[in-house]
Amino acid sequence: MTSIAIPSGMPQYDDVPRFDVARVRADFPILDREVNGHPLVYLDSANTSHKPRQVLDVLAEHYARHNANVSRSVHTLGTEATEAYEGARAKIAAFINAPSADEVVFTKNSTEAINLVAYAFSNASLRADADPRFRIGPGDEIVISEMEHHSNIVPWQLLAERTGATLRWFPVTDHGRLDESGLDDLVTERTKIVSLVHMSNILGTVNATARITKRVREVGALLLLDCSQSVPHLPMDVVDYDADFIVFTGHKMCGPTGIGVLWGRGELLAAMPPVFGGGSMIETVTMARSTFAAPPARFEAGTPPIAEAIALGAAVDYLTGIGMRAIQWHEKELTAYALDALATVPGLRVFGPNVPVGRGGTISFALGDVHPHDVGQVLDSLGVQVRVGHHCAKPVCTRFGVPATTRASFYLYTTTEEIDALVAGLEQVRKVFD
Amino acid sequence: MQLDQLYQEIILDHYKHPHGRGLRDATDPAGRVGEAHHVNPTCGDEITVRVATDGKVFTDISYDGMGCSISQASASVLHELLRGRAADDAATVHEAFVELMSGRGQVTPDEDVLGDGVAFAGVARYPARVKCALLSWMAFKDAAARAGVGVSPEVKA
Repeated sequence: MTSIAIPSGMPQYDDVPRFDVARVRADFPILDREVNGHPLVYLDSANTSHKPRQVLDVLAEHYARHNANVSRSVHTLGTEATEAYEGARAKIAAFINAPSADEVVFTKNSTEAINLVAYAFSNASLRADADPRFRIGPGDEIVISEMEHHSNIVPWQLLAERTGATLRWFPVTDHGRLDESGLDDLVTERTKIVSLVHMSNILGTVNATARITKRVREVGALLLLDCSQSVPHLPMDVVDYDADFIVFTGHKMCGPTGIGVLWGRGELLAAMPPVFGGGSMIETVTMARSTFAAPPARFEAGTPPIAEAIALGAAVDYLTGIGMRAIQWHEKELTAYALDALATVPGLRVFGPNVPVGRGGTISFALGDVHPHDVGQVLDSLGVQVRVGHHCAKPVCTRFGVPATTRASFYLYTTTEEIDALVAGLEQVRKVFD
Repeated sequence: MQLDQLYQEIILDHYKHPHGRGLRDATDPAGRVGEAHHVNPTCGDEITVRVATDGKVFTDISYDGMGCSISQASASVLHELLRGRAADDAATVHEAFVELMSGRGQVTPDEDVLGDGVAFAGVARYPARVKCALLSWMAFKDAAARAGVGVSPEVKA
C-alpha cells in the first residue's frame, strides 16, 4: 500500500478524535461471553446494540432507589423519578441539538414514532379546523423511498388507505444510492410529507438530504428523517439538517429496549392533534370532552417507560463521553477495512455502496448461492453473530433480486479482529456448501 | 452445539440434488389437484407445493421454491417420502415428522417411518430453524386439504 502525505495546513489523520476500543469493550459485560465454544463476535449492532455497565447500573439504580411514577406525585420518590425522566429528555435534546427539550417526545421505538406522525395526519384530516399542513386526502401525496425499513413504509401505506392520498417513492440505484434524479417530479406541490431513511439498515447508505430538504421547503411539504441507524453512529444536529421530524430508537444506541424518540419542530408539535388518549396527555377532562396538554406531554399518554428513558439518558451521556465524531471515524475505518477484507472472499457480492464514503458500518452481502440462513448458521457455530433475512426491508431485497441477505454491522466496540473472524467464518461456509 | 448435527450429509445431499423438484401438471385428468404457497415471513423463504391425488393415493407431489438448505432439503424429503402413498399412510408420516420437529431434540425418530427425514432430528434442536424444516410440510398439508384429502391434525410450529 502506498501512502500519500497530506499537505501541512490541511486536516491530518491524527487530528481525528479517537478512543481506546479495548477500554470501551471493558464497559460491555456481554462481550466477555462465549458462544458455541468461541469468543463472542457480535456483528449485529444495526439490529440492537449492547449496553455498557454505565447504562445497566442506571437502570438498576432507578428501580432500586428512585422508583415512582412521574409527573403526578408530590412525594419525594415521585419528584426524584420525574426529575430523572425530564433530565433524560434534556440530555437527549442536547445530543441532537434540539432547540428545546419539549421537542423530544418519548415513544416505544422508531416504529411507534413514525406511526404517531402518520396517525396525527389522519386525525387532523377528520377536523376542518386542524392545521392544513397535517390535513391529507385524495390528490395529496406522501413520498418515501425504496430503501426504507418496513416501519417507514407500512404506516404510510395505511395512512394512504385511510385518507385516499397517494404513496410515491424514490428508487434506488444499482450502487445502492438514493436515485434523486426524479426529485422535482416526485416532490411537488401535491406532496404533504417526505419520510426518508437517513441511513439504510440494509445497504448502509447514508443519504445526503440537502437537495431533498431544499425541494421540500420549495413545495411547502414536511420532512421526516428516520434516523434509527444514524443517530447511534454519527453526530446529529436537527437544526443543521433542517428536518421537521426525526425518529430514533434507544436500543440501537446503547440504551434499553422499549424507549424511542420522536423529535419534532416545536411549532409543528404544537399544531399536531393527539394520537393516544389517556392519562398525562390532557389539560382538563369532562364527561363530554377534553382539552390537551402542550407537547411533549400531549403525545405521551399513560405511564411512560420511565426507567428506560432515564437509562437512555445515561446511554447518551456514555456516547457523548466517547464522542460521536470519534465513534463515526472508528466505524468509517472499520467499514473501509471490512469492504477490503470481504472483497477477498471468492463469490461474495456486496449490496450497497462498496466504498466507505456516504455509508455507515452496515454491510449486506451474498456469498455465492448459499442461502443467508445457512451462512448465518455456520457463522453462529463459530461464535459470529450476524443478521440474515430481509432485514424488514423486503423492497430492497426485491430491488437487488435476492430473497434475503447476510448483514454484518459494527459499532463503537467492534474490532478489526472481529471482521477477520467473519472473513474466516465465510471460508468455513464455503467449505460446507461448496 | 455441533454444526454437523444440523447439516447432516443427507440434508446437504437433498439440498444440492433435490428430488422431484419443479411443479408438474396432473397426469390423470380424472384426478384432483391441490396447491398451496407458503412463506416464512421472518426470512422470506417460500415454497409452492402441488399434490395430485385420485382421492386415495398421492399420485404426485411436486414443488418449487427458494430458501435455505434446510427448507429446500425438507421439500425434497417430503416428495420422496409421501409420493405414491395412501392418504392414511401419508398422515402417519406427516404426523411423525411434525412431532420430530416440535420435539426440541427430545424425540427419537423412527427410520422405518421417516426414512431420510430422520436426518432432521438435529434441526429440532435449533428453534430458529424448525420453521424452515416445516415450511414445505405445512404447505403440503394445505395443498392436500385443497385436493380434498386431510393428512394431519392442526399443529403449531
